[in-house]
Amino acid sequence: MSADHPAGRLPAEYLQAGMPSFSDFLRTTAPEMLPGRRPLPPGTATDLAPHATTIVAATYGDGVLMAGDRRATMGNLIAQRDIEKVSAADAYSLVGFAGTAGIGIEMIRLFQLELEHYEKIEGTLLTLDGKANRLASMIRGNLGAAMQGLAVLPLFAGFDVDADSPATAGRIFSYDVTGGPYEEQHFAGIGSGSLFARGALKKLWRPGLDRDSMVRVAVEALYDAADDDSATGGPDLVRRIFPVIMVATAEGVTRVSDDEVGGLAEAVVAERTANPI
Amino acid sequence: MTMPFYASAEQIMRDRAEYARKNIMRGRPVVALKYAEGVLFVAENPSSTLFKVGEIYDRIGFAAVGRYSEYETLRVAGIRLADIRGYSYDRRDVTGRALANAYAQTLNSIFTDQQKPYEVEICVGEVGARPEDDRLYRILFDGAIFDEPDYVVLGGQGEPIVAALKEGYAPALSLREALALAIRGLGSVGADNGRPRDLEAASLEVAVLERSRPARKFRRVHGAALTALLPSAGAPPAPEGSVDPDASEDDEEGSPS
Repeated sequence: MSADHPAGRLPAEYLQAGMPSFSDFLRTTAPEMLPGRRPLPPGTATDLAPHATTIVAATYGDGVLMAGDRRATMGNLIAQRDIEKVSAADAYSLVGFAGTAGIGIEMIRLFQLELEHYEKIEGTLLTLDGKANRLASMIRGNLGAAMQGLAVLPLFAGFDVDADSPATAGRIFSYDVTGGPYEEQHFAGIGSGSLFARGALKKLWRPGLDRDSMVRVAVEALYDAADDDSATGGPDLVRRIFPVIMVATAEGVTRVSDDEVGGLAEAVVAERTANPI
Repeated sequence: MTMPFYASAEQIMRDRAEYARKNIMRGRPVVALKYAEGVLFVAENPSSTLFKVGEIYDRIGFAAVGRYSEYETLRVAGIRLADIRGYSYDRRDVTGRALANAYAQTLNSIFTDQQKPYEVEICVGEVGARPEDDRLYRILFDGAIFDEPDYVVLGGQGEPIVAALKEGYAPALSLREALALAIRGLGSVGADNGRPRDLEAASLEVAVLERSRPARKFRRVHGAALTALLPSAGAPPAPEGSVDPDASEDDEEGSPS
């Protein structure tokens, strides 16, 4: 590793004035650590690694919410039941991913560090648009791998601290394999179950929902996704594994507790049992 | 063979050291000390954007005096080192000791190899899981490194400050007591007639590494949160290490949780 210089002193490029971007710094000092820089052998690798699916995000009265199911699949098999695909990108934003799990996890880690690195060096947070653009450039770096079947797509949402009111501060950005970002209105979804989740959101989402109703709507949407998409996991009442739901508001990012999500999931299941369509 | 400009190695080193020391002395001092809940940094700094104290990593903070451009370079290099290390291993594998070592090696080789030494004196503070794991390293312009048990005074005419701290320091001070002690120390120099000066909140830069915070321990204390902690606030001593979280909502370094 380049950080371990033989003499123990900081290498010259560390002392150069430069960009506050961690990935740009890695590109000059340790390019082998960047995900997009590894040469790939020819051929497709689609079935090589587990896939993660279905993330939804929606704005509500206090900010924005993001929720993801817990399943990762490998072909017809369930690779992991309790994967966490939604995380806090920094104090005011959320990021989730669908697609190849290993690459997605690495990308999220690098993105979180990118935001923290900028914050520490500059002493201020990036704007929400700045964060969304940084994520786009990281997706573009993975285009080669995506063309061989190792695609990963993020969904990014955050509370815009520069917005006029909390009702308009929640913003959502989606991406494709060539980059982005594409700002979404009201709600968005990614992953194989997102078609069904978006259908549910279309019927259930209303402007200015309060937090509790919004969390309930997210649980319903993921239930519908799991109902029709085999790669999306529904609430696992046996093992007590429930969707990861996080919100970003003026107070920062918080995760909705498993107990609360579990209670809502049970209510949704009970309601559907009464009316099984 | 004629050597018209010969100067002995000893003379060169002495000149460089004198040059660096003289310029560091001119700056306003910084105090770092351990208290019950972590590490406190207090600097006399009228600017609210050109910081002398900064966050390096989860448990590690940085303070410096001297030439701004030079210690800013070192601060950024430290963040880069820590972030690369944490990215390739794990966040817990980033230690203050490794960082202090890298700074010492770097300053030493700049002092010996380059025409002009860095005119800086820096401190690396680290908060551990328990009070006995807290660390304070002081690193001089020539790479000399000291592991200080209780407190560090950087720059300025440090002796009166050290004397004030020595007199008032006790292990496990509360944040309010530690801050009062640091301000008393900083105020003991710089007045024309040798009397202690009163330092205003606006001229202070205060930051803490707080053991109780999740993940990133570094937090700047400014605005209303700082005013409430100052000795002049006159309030009764607050409970141990208490900080009003509502008063620091414009604190951009911390992650609300």
